[in-house]
Amino acid sequence: MLETLQTFMTDYGWNLLILIGWSLLTLVVLLVIIAFLLLMDRKVWAAVQMRRGPNVVGPFGLLQSFADLLKFVLKEPVIPSGSDKVLFLLAPLATALCALSAWAVIPVNENSWGKWVVSDMNVGILYLLAISSLGVYGVIMGGWASNSKYPFMGSLRSAAQMVSYEVSIGFIIICVLLCVGSLNMTDIVNAQKTGIGTRLGLTSSLLDWHWLTLFPVFIMFYVSALAETNRPPFDLVEAESELVAGFMVEYSSTPYLLYMLGEYVAITTMCALTTILFLGGWLPPLDVWPLNAVPGIFWFAIKVVLMFFMFAMAKAIVPRYRYDQLMRLGWKVFLPLSLVMVILTAAVLRFGGFLA
Amino acid sequence: MAAAGFFYLFAVLAVASGAMVILAKNPVHAVLFLILSFFNAAGLFVLLGAEFLAMLLVIVYVGAVSVLFLFVVMMLDVDFAALKAGFINNAKIGALVGGVVLAELVALFSYRGLALAPTLSAASPIPAASSGITNTQALGDIIYTKYVFFFQSAGLILLVAMIGAIVLTLKHRAGVKRQSISEQVARTAKALEVVKVPSGGSVIPAAKHPEAAE
Repeated sequence: MLETLQTFMTDYGWNLLILIGWSLLTLVVLLVIIAFLLLMDRKVWAAVQMRRGPNVVGPFGLLQSFADLLKFVLKEPVIPSGSDKVLFLLAPLATALCALSAWAVIPVNENSWGKWVVSDMNVGILYLLAISSLGVYGVIMGGWASNSKYPFMGSLRSAAQMVSYEVSIGFIIICVLLCVGSLNMTDIVNAQKTGIGTRLGLTSSLLDWHWLTLFPVFIMFYVSALAETNRPPFDLVEAESELVAGFMVEYSSTPYLLYMLGEYVAITTMCALTTILFLGGWLPPLDVWPLNAVPGIFWFAIKVVLMFFMFAMAKAIVPRYRYDQLMRLGWKVFLPLSLVMVILTAAVLRFGGFLA
Repeated sequence: MAAAGFFYLFAVLAVASGAMVILAKNPVHAVLFLILSFFNAAGLFVLLGAEFLAMLLVIVYVGAVSVLFLFVVMMLDVDFAALKAGFINNAKIGALVGGVVLAELVALFSYRGLALAPTLSAASPIPAASSGITNTQALGDIIYTKYVFFFQSAGLILLVAMIGAIVLTLKHRAGVKRQSISEQVARTAKALEVVKVPSGGSVIPAAKHPEAAE
């Protein structure tokens, strides 16, 4: 027994321990960042409405998210008697699990130590697409298991909405992949070291990133990401004016916390994905001395927070869509547009000469 | 050793959840077990080194097809008592069909043996991991370069089937009021009027709203 354990440790053990260590580090850092991003979301929203936002717990309300965490965890979870109890509790768990596991393939930096990522998969972007498409199950299962009208309607809406916008997200990702020629996330960032700017003879800068060459796709991705994560103005899944709180009506305490956590992790994942696909990941905005001496993770974090700010602003200033308009936007506007962009990108890469 | 362990984990879970698909009493549970089964099949693909296929399986089947299954099944109003009443009658037909399929499978595998897989893959061998070709690229070479004609004709057949399905189900109902979004978007701001408000004065233009001015 001891011998087998020893061979196991020499064969897999240390890799396993390193993997567990990396995963734990990623998760802990991510969750702490999420706590402050949540506060930022509320502060931005408050600032737009000329309120103060949370400002009581800790200096400037910095500890508000942790106070909320304690409140949720210490409350009693109420499980409706008519609900499907196993699925009712499994659903928020599935949401949080799917959202967190997406971070396994997101690289945050690359330097002389290597790639800062848990799993450097060569189909990383497909893994992300797959995981983000699983997010819908938490919502559907929760809505159905609650055995109640409003949650059920919310879950039906989400099923249609998330499947619709995944299609256009898929095509948008294909546009980027055509320019990169790899499904690996690190390769996608490194491909943005050269681009329009370097071809004009400049040093590598933010002009090389995909946001400029694929600008319409960048905008479409931003809007689709809002819809995919059920953020306002596309939060019809939990539209309080129509469905009370949508699929979350029957949830309380820790299960509700898991839903909220999953939602915010998914939003941060989408921000990180936008950063990697269009904003050059950890590359500095201008490859000159004081800027490129700064660790890449700093640039990555700044870009993610910038995207998160855009998400928060959309929540604050845009009114909610009507459901049929949302569907129309997904199928009749974004799908044809993204399809045309795929063909256009491929044509430019093949026949574009200088542009390619 | 770890690979073997994962193989048994995925294989046992796939078979067990596959069995639960037909044994579960609640159709929604059955669909969820089906999804678990897809998931484990994707895990088996990863163990085989076909990570591209694994991700496609999750994206297409788990992410889209099963959602629609679940969508439909959740909205069904199934009377379980009525379903169970016909169980004995249907079981005979089911056993017959299942028996025929099983006999066919046994006949097939006893005839060709397990040599089936290697002879098929010899036509387009899987590139070795050391060659530097990822399986995404290998698959792309086969589908989009070597067999591009078959791929395109399969696509055309699917397109015809899709158009056929739409033609069969599309009904143009007369007398339905519809929203014309392009018309609404193209509408100029004639309904609006910018008014200069004098300090302390009224904002109601008297000529346009005589009843309000009174």
